[in-house]
Amino acid sequence: MDFNDTPEETKFRKEASDWLSANAKLKDDEEAGNYPGMGEDDALTLAKKWAAKLYDSGWACLHWPKEYGGRGSTPIERVIWGQEASKYRIPGGFFEIGQGMAGPVLMMYANEEQKKRYLPPMAKGEEVWCQLFSEPGAGSDLAGLKTKSVLEGDTWTINGQKIWTSGAHYSDYGILVTRSDSSAQKHKGLTYFFLDMKSPGVEVRPIKQISGGANFNEVYFTDVKIPDEQRLGSVGDGWKVALTTLMNERLAVGDASGPDFQEAFNLACSHDLNGDLAIKDGSVRDKLADWYCQSSGLKYTKYRNISALSRGETPGPQASITKIVSGNKLQEIANFGMDIMDAAGIVRPESADAEQTMYQMGFFGAAGIRIAGGTDEILRNIISEQVLGLPQDMRADKGIPFNEIPSSNKK
Amino acid sequence: MNFEFSSDQMLLRDQARKFLENEESVKKAREVLEGDQTHDESLWRSVVEMGWTATTIPEEFDGLGLGYLELCVIAEELGRSLAPTPFSSSVYLATEALINQGSKEQHQKYLPKLAAGEIVGTLAHTETTNSPSPENLNCELSNNKLNGIKIAVTDGDVANFAVVSAKEGDKVVLGLVDLASKGVEITSQNTLDPSRSHASIKFKDADAEILGSSQDGWVALQEILDHAAVLFAFEQLGGAEACMDMAKEYAMGRFAFGRPIASFQAIKHKIADMYIAVELARSNCYFGAWALSTNAPELATAAATARVSASKAFHECSKENIQTHGGMGFTWEFDCHLYYRRCRQLAANIGSQAVWKNKLISSLERANQI
Ligand SMILES: Cc1cc2nc3c(=O)[nH]c(=O)nc-3n(C[C@H](O)[C@H](O)[C@H](O)COP(=O)(O)OP(=O)(O)OC[C@H]3O[C@@H](n4cnc5c(N)ncnc54)[C@H](O)[C@@H]3O)c2cc1C
Ligand SMILES: Cc1cc2nc3c(=O)[nH]c(=O)nc-3n(C[C@H](O)[C@H](O)[C@H](O)COP(=O)(O)OP(=O)(O)OC[C@H]3O[C@@H](n4cnc5c(N)ncnc54)[C@H](O)[C@@H]3O)c2cc1C
Repeated sequence: MDFNDTPEETKFRKEASDWLSANAKLKDDEEAGNYPGMGEDDALTLAKKWAAKLYDSGWACLHWPKEYGGRGSTPIERVIWGQEASKYRIPGGFFEIGQGMAGPVLMMYANEEQKKRYLPPMAKGEEVWCQLFSEPGAGSDLAGLKTKSVLEGDTWTINGQKIWTSGAHYSDYGILVTRSDSSAQKHKGLTYFFLDMKSPGVEVRPIKQISGGANFNEVYFTDVKIPDEQRLGSVGDGWKVALTTLMNERLAVGDASGPDFQEAFNLACSHDLNGDLAIKDGSVRDKLADWYCQSSGLKYTKYRNISALSRGETPGPQASITKIVSGNKLQEIANFGMDIMDAAGIVRPESADAEQTMYQMGFFGAAGIRIAGGTDEILRNIISEQVLGLPQDMRADKGIPFNEIPSSNKK
Repeated sequence: MNFEFSSDQMLLRDQARKFLENEESVKKAREVLEGDQTHDESLWRSVVEMGWTATTIPEEFDGLGLGYLELCVIAEELGRSLAPTPFSSSVYLATEALINQGSKEQHQKYLPKLAAGEIVGTLAHTETTNSPSPENLNCELSNNKLNGIKIAVTDGDVANFAVVSAKEGDKVVLGLVDLASKGVEITSQNTLDPSRSHASIKFKDADAEILGSSQDGWVALQEILDHAAVLFAFEQLGGAEACMDMAKEYAMGRFAFGRPIASFQAIKHKIADMYIAVELARSNCYFGAWALSTNAPELATAAATARVSASKAFHECSKENIQTHGGMGFTWEFDCHLYYRRCRQLAANIGSQAVWKNKLISSLERANQI
């Protein structure tokens, strides 16, 4: 049992860290600047600039083949890069859906010409992608979606509505699941596409979120045309392709980002409570200890997964525990942080680097993390069914045509 | 990175698991719980024959000279099977105290016999219902004579000798006492977990020698407890996982409302939460094992993390296992309560959850130079 790199890994780590230190600022560098308060346009510009720099230096999408804009790295090298990069303040938050979900699906299902056309700009951050899966009537139960696709000649016509589409308003392309046959069984009548978000008939309307921002959208489709060659997988096989996407989503979601143990600890060491430093308070220590154990548990679970990876095994749905644990921890730490600041904790500060900011962002962000990409409840189902082998839930939608299944407006 | 036990260590774990299953360790724990024995002597003899008591003792003292990682995998299996032996007292506490704090002479005197299972040792620390501290210790050691009372000493009525915390003036010291000697009075105590024996020990001018050098006994004790905490955490981890497996198996076979109760989300999610607690504890235990085996500067932090995390997982799993069993879980006949009891025993024996959480944060304050 050790944390040591092999000689090749040592060499790779040094290469990565040399490049990073020459091109980025460490997180605790005072001059690193602050992103939280930055407007979306500025943040996107900055992120695109950074992504292009990575691409030009051969550090984009490490595990992708070189011909598609990657580096052809091993899974372990990708992990090492992630470890080194996490020490730096790096702009992000725009390319995860493309590079983490759409990319792998294109790699599996698109034709060669399409891969050459779409993957490199995705890796470079030139073209941003979004995920058009959820609908008003189909979230956890994704296969309940209704957006309709009809084939005529070699062109599909799409009508319907998607919702909660993160980043649709600045995305160039999207991955889309539709229903091509509503008289087939629920999971059998789906077909999967990618499309240009500027196609006529696509309308993006922002949805204001609890934080006040508007990162996700409703997306309406009115007679939108998609050429058949942009279909991924066979007609009626969309569920299989969607599952591949969701599996990658689970691997792509890491820890909930926001204040963690160390931030909460530092806060407790620098703020008063009951006439002494908060860190002296027993209830504060109790909570901090719990969070430390959770963070540490997740960290070393990740290390165990990496070790499995380096032995050539594929990490399974075990990775689901990360989002459940870190999302809930973030929500608790965010509340704790504001509590420590007493009544001042809820004051919306003028400046983005005020001490309240990250806790307030976590307060709202965590509520979303626990829902997005599989709710806590769905993840517990996945753990109990796929990891532990417990029976599936009883369902009211099996073995009958989709158009006969009860739904929210048709009971 | 290779954050996993080696294939040899995993083989040892499998062998230990099979051996303890064949020995019907859980059944023996129930027999000890229901009977008058302090422990299961035949199981203890078999454990000694397997060489487990000699695991970390250096070869020059007739030990196997293996590392802590081997001891960790054995501990996990002893916990899984509730082994009713004095192993933890003698190996994680007494042997570790001697290896790490003892003098050359003390090594010579005790280690070969501990390795061979000829003697059993334990730690005697608790005195009252107050959590022990350097201020409230009452036992006194002066001129090699020990006076005072210790209670709830695990295996106190089995052990041949004990490491005893005491005051010498204002200083905390650790004494080594032969429990058969004059002035030592041992009384068995009933506890919540009679599958492990406990005793109160009264010392009246009993002969005692100081363990190791004259360094601060409280600091030495914390080091001993840090070592032991990792090993106890592995026992707790094994117990927690056993409870999760029991709950799963029962839920698959038990039908209510025309379906297995394992198909109700209330039960599925409960078992998923057990899994999460066990996985976090396992990962923290592995970190503890690494820190112990490399004597890393992070040991105090890693040990407390493993301890807190594994105590929590065992608590969670042992209580929810009863819940999953419904009325059956509340019966004497089912094994659920054996784990529920052992969980409490292990949670109490080297300091409570509050104590270890405080140790964890204190170690992080030191690491952050607060
Ligand atoms: C911040 C954010 C960003 C998002 N980004 C995207 C995106 O980019 N693209 C996209 O397609 N989607 C996106 N989503 C949508 C997200 O995937 C869904 O919100 C999520 O899957 C839940 O679906 P729902 O909102 O319809 O809730 P529902 O499925 O209606 O769930 C409501 C409640 O019921 C519970 N529930 C539902 N089914 C079960 C069950 N079987 N057992 C137990 N409990 C159940 C849920 O856990 C939840 O608590 C985003 C969501 C958020 C919050
Ligand atoms: C101390 C004690 C005293 C009792 N006294 C009496 C008495 O005087 N008279 C009498 O008639 N009975 C008595 N009982 C029996 C008691 O009512 C049952 O034990 C209880 O109803 C649970 O039933 P069960 O034991 O068959 O467990 P099960 O029904 O098998 O339940 C096992 C587990 O599955 C869960 N479960 C079962 N069905 C569902 C569901 N639909 N959804 C979610 N979870 C579910 C349960 O919550 C439980 O966790 C007593 C029980 C105890 C422990």
